[in-house]
Amino acid sequence: MLLWGGDAEGGAPFVEADPADPSQVRGFDVEVAGRIARGLDRTSRFVQIQWSNIDQSVERGDFMLGLSGVEDTPTRRALHAVTLPYFEFREVLAVRPADTIRVHRLRDLRGRRVATLGATIAYDLLMRLRDSTGIIPISYDDDVHPYGDLVAGRVDAVLLDHIIAQRALRRRGGSGGGFVILPQPVAVGRYVGVLARADSMLRDSVDAILREAMRDGSLEQIFRRWNVWDPSQSVLFDRVLRSGRSAMTTPVATRGIAQIIAYLPSLARAAVVTALVSALSMMLAVFVGLALASGRLYGSGWLRALTALYIEVIRGTPLLLQLFVIYYGLAGIVRLPAFLAAILGLGLNYAAYEAEIYRGALLAVPRAQLEAGRTLGLSERQILRLVRGPQALRYALAPMTNDFVALLKDSALVSVITVVELTKETAIYATNVGNWIVPGALCAVVYLAMSLPLARLARRLEQRWGGRAA
Amino acid sequence: MNPLLVIDRLCVRYDSRDVLQALSLDVAPGELVALMAPSGAGKTTALRAVAALQSFDEGRIVVDGFALIPGPLPPESQLVPLRRRVGLVFQGHALFEHLSARDNVTLALRHVLGKSRKDADAIAERLLDSLEVGARASAWPRQLSGGEAQRVAIARALALDPPVVLMDEPTAALDPARRTALGTTLRRLCKQGRGLLVATHDAEFARAHADRVLTLGEVRG
Repeated sequence: MLLWGGDAEGGAPFVEADPADPSQVRGFDVEVAGRIARGLDRTSRFVQIQWSNIDQSVERGDFMLGLSGVEDTPTRRALHAVTLPYFEFREVLAVRPADTIRVHRLRDLRGRRVATLGATIAYDLLMRLRDSTGIIPISYDDDVHPYGDLVAGRVDAVLLDHIIAQRALRRRGGSGGGFVILPQPVAVGRYVGVLARADSMLRDSVDAILREAMRDGSLEQIFRRWNVWDPSQSVLFDRVLRSGRSAMTTPVATRGIAQIIAYLPSLARAAVVTALVSALSMMLAVFVGLALASGRLYGSGWLRALTALYIEVIRGTPLLLQLFVIYYGLAGIVRLPAFLAAILGLGLNYAAYEAEIYRGALLAVPRAQLEAGRTLGLSERQILRLVRGPQALRYALAPMTNDFVALLKDSALVSVITVVELTKETAIYATNVGNWIVPGALCAVVYLAMSLPLARLARRLEQRWGGRAA
Repeated sequence: MNPLLVIDRLCVRYDSRDVLQALSLDVAPGELVALMAPSGAGKTTALRAVAALQSFDEGRIVVDGFALIPGPLPPESQLVPLRRRVGLVFQGHALFEHLSARDNVTLALRHVLGKSRKDADAIAERLLDSLEVGARASAWPRQLSGGEAQRVAIARALALDPPVVLMDEPTAALDPARRTALGTTLRRLCKQGRGLLVATHDAEFARAHADRVLTLGEVRG
């Protein structure tokens, strides 16, 4: 049995769930895996794995071969056993039709937002060119939303593999689909299979089978069946068959300290994004939470019901879902920038939790304190502002700090709506260096550096205001 | 002399149980009246009704010309004149824990009377000085001894200069020496022309310092 891993979420023509039988997968990578398995005299079996985790997973031994539009990169070659390239793709730019007059190359997109899939050659290319061309790279977790956001005007171009671009165009109804693919490719790349570093013997067998499949035309047939065959594949096959495997170039990736240092500025930038998103979301959560708690305690019947409903709905549904709804779901009504959507999503979610903390804290203020305020002639509003609120704050402080620390970590979720924060940047870094140990440790240190002082501050404030209630 | 406080056949029921049954009393200017009864006999309820912290079912209360009638409490906005006529010193003081002794007194001066911080501070310090706790003006309530906290609570109740002052179990946490000192202080308030109604179950204190002692059972009917 040949266990092979791929990402069916990546979809056709690579790997997709078979519409006729969703328990089966189909696609050209499925057939390539099948061809390899036949050559090995084995049957092939598919393992679903998130695309960005294929390398880590194959190294862990979850499957023997990763095959799902996996790109040939120097880092991958340095860290894993990589097969021959079996397909050549072009990185192409997609833009809105109105922009085709001005935009012909990446350089024409100075100061504009260019979307791509994170942790890909295209993303690395955009990051490298960020300073020299002035483009703004936007990273996505999937290859569908970039095109949707291009049509919606959230980004100005998408740089991705031509197969993905053409598929997106077909899905959106062809040339009338709201964007066009520029003919001139930005770069060329190749798909390979990836195996665990220790599996180089199996890799050599796979290479021999791929060569055989190039010679006997079975690979060409697969690509033709999936409508991805073009003359550049013949050129690639010729080159592969003429050269020995060493001729396919194994450039050495930069490793070690230099690589860590090279990543520090990006990590610092991402840490600032995390801190900003967290602080602004928490401010929003505090204000909305106060309003909700007041509404629930002081409001009329329907206002109480409404605030209770809000709190229950928000607490009862996943934050991830709320982020998707705010960013993608509402795009038809209001097109929020990702950063703003992130703050709104996190802030409005945490507001529900804050509201319950404040309600509990307000209820914990002894009745005699409120009555003392009334006998002095203070109005209900003044009592809330001058007596009940300040006293409740002391009860609320510890759970609020807890929530802020939790929010700091939950802010990692906003990467699903293209905000590159600390965890996302770490994941990109980890994919590029091929391990999680150094990036994970660096990331943890930065999170701790932000959360520990918060806990300290809360303890100091609690001590200053005294823990004892009236 | 017209009484400052008149309570006329006051009845309070909780779940059809009589807590107070036809309590009648009055307090004249300069008079200290002690309301005696065992715990749970409705002394606190009577004081709370006079301070409009709770409604009553029958009878009438008049505080320096301001009348309260049976039924639900009127909205706080209609009670402003009452608030300036009667001060209440709670059992256990109920000082605002998040404010200094001084700010406990200035809160109403600033936010009800609209005085400036400077004027309010001056009035508060004068009041605290007169009650011999001026030196503790900057202390937090949790830093005060029982006797000090009580004096600050009295100062707070006097902030709006009410003619009627109510006190709930003022001797509960005081040693004998402090009780005598408290009696002296209360007599001084009476000399200023105020009427004091003190709910207590401390017969000795009542006999020693009150002008009149009313026992809840006796004043009925």
